[in-house]
Amino acid sequence: MDPIIRIEGLYKEYETDAGPVPVLKGIDLSIDPGEFVAIMGPSGSGKSTFMNILGCLDVPTRGKYIINGRDVGTLNADQLAHLRNEVIGFVFQGFNLLPRANLEDNVSLPLVYGDVQKSERIARANDMLGKVGLAQYSKSLPNQISGGQQQRVAIARALVNRPKLILADEPTGNLDTRTSGEIMSLFRQLNETDGITVVLVTHEPDIATYAKRLVKFLDGSLIYDGEVSEART
Amino acid sequence: MMVQMLIEAWRAMGANRLRTFLTMLGMVIGVGAVVLMLAIGQGAQYSVSQSISSMGSNLFIVLSGSSTSGGLRMGLGATPTLTVGDAQALSELPEMLAVAPVVPGVAQVVYGSSNWSTQVFGTTPAYLAVRNWTIAQGYPFADSDVRSATRVALIGQTVAQNLFGNEDPVNKTIRIKQSPYLVVGLLSAKGQSLDGRDQDDTILIPVTTAQRKLFGSQFQGTVRFIMAQAVSAQMMPAAEREMDALLRQRHHIREGADSDFTVRNLTALVNTAAQATRVMSILLGAIASISLLVGGIGIMNIMLVSVTERTREIGIRVAIGARQRDILMQFLMEAIIISIVGCTAGVVLGVGGAAAANHFADITVVITGGSILQAFMVAACVGIFFGFYPARKAARLKPIEALRYQ
Repeated sequence: MDPIIRIEGLYKEYETDAGPVPVLKGIDLSIDPGEFVAIMGPSGSGKSTFMNILGCLDVPTRGKYIINGRDVGTLNADQLAHLRNEVIGFVFQGFNLLPRANLEDNVSLPLVYGDVQKSERIARANDMLGKVGLAQYSKSLPNQISGGQQQRVAIARALVNRPKLILADEPTGNLDTRTSGEIMSLFRQLNETDGITVVLVTHEPDIATYAKRLVKFLDGSLIYDGEVSEART
Repeated sequence: MMVQMLIEAWRAMGANRLRTFLTMLGMVIGVGAVVLMLAIGQGAQYSVSQSISSMGSNLFIVLSGSSTSGGLRMGLGATPTLTVGDAQALSELPEMLAVAPVVPGVAQVVYGSSNWSTQVFGTTPAYLAVRNWTIAQGYPFADSDVRSATRVALIGQTVAQNLFGNEDPVNKTIRIKQSPYLVVGLLSAKGQSLDGRDQDDTILIPVTTAQRKLFGSQFQGTVRFIMAQAVSAQMMPAAEREMDALLRQRHHIREGADSDFTVRNLTALVNTAAQATRVMSILLGAIASISLLVGGIGIMNIMLVSVTERTREIGIRVAIGARQRDILMQFLMEAIIISIVGCTAGVVLGVGGAAAANHFADITVVITGGSILQAFMVAACVGIFFGFYPARKAARLKPIEALRYQ
């Protein structure tokens, strides 16, 4: 089976007044469909930049990134937008829901950009809200529900366009321990039941244990890649 | 997709109602001013064109020239040198449509127990054609009346009002300076002339009757002035040359000597008036356009603030698959909605203002569908023009920077 993500010799530098600052220094990584990968590392290790490149929100300075069989370096802005819409689902630390739109509209937003008909958009959005256990709140606004519920809505939004890959950047960073556990269980269920590839960034070892594979970053390099259970914490 | 964008634009505008309203207000005032000023400007042009057509078009007036008598130079028309024969000759020029000699005077007019002092013009039936004047009731007098100098009269509306009240004046006999005249027709209303005189306060009688019976003159057979109408505006310069040549020949004026008459082009006067109102309406339009421009800048200003405020939202949308043109369209849509809603309110305000100006200040206003359409087009263009830059700024935001924005 072809990997869903294949990265070869990936470099990322930021231009500053004091010259280029390297953030990622030659990363090689391959992720197969159906994997559940946790990325860990201290602040400034380059894991967030790596996540942005995985999500096609940022472009590498050098190196190759192939996602779902397509070389990102050859795609234009519209094709990248299409890729983010159809292949990737994002979950952020700050939930990032639109505050003025109700949950149904928030969840169906990716379908708007995917040119799906309105009746189908509403049906699929409510279906997804049901899947994360929030069907009864479809007309509520984000500030009317709890943080954990908002993150569930964000997950429903990430799932609504049936992506192959979910990228979660510190998804439990703003949540208490119990709610974090519920969210992580939801990710594990999506991974095991629906076969969706999940890549998440976290700095909490407890959260990482929900994953199967662990990747550790330090100073822009990959220092560990293996089973979660075998990693030293 | 389009419907969804409209809904989202509406939601975004509703989130900050006061700001949306104030932004719109700039547009409302701008468009309102344009509509109102166009209405007033076009109204002024309409008034002038009404006055012009009431005077008659492509007109010349030929006045008797000055004469010198014992070293004393007399003013124009002091010595009548023009005759009915001159008018007859002029009317035979191919450039002329109609020519009428005029012997003016003032006389007391009596009917029953009413009397009225008015202006009496001795002229020919061609005068009606020259002045573009019609008969409301009865008939005009004929060339045969001119030949036989009969006592018949055409009376203006003001005269009829003062002598007859509501009575039908046609076929009644009035007395002008003691002599009886049969009223054969009532002239249609003409209103004020450009210089403010009441053109309906007039009686027309055959020129020969005026010369021989009513006014008399030491210069038998002469007329004070001749009004002539050229075939078209293009023919006027040629007509002026021909008239000059013909009259010099008829008056036996040698080469190089001064003419004893003056030909004046009345259209020049009218054109000046029309030009002045045209300049005025352009000026009004320009001032109004500036307020529309200010309204447009207000839209741009607010849209820029809105883009900055919603940077994070833009980041989210990009992350879940919005293309640059989706973001561009979303912000552009907001600007256009503000413009069009503002414009609609502005049109209402402008039309209302014009109606008020008409009602309270008695200003002539003309509102055409064209001017409203024009205001709409301009407003839509202002929305697109001033909305485009902020929208493009939004669309070009880098997704990671937008997402990190607090």
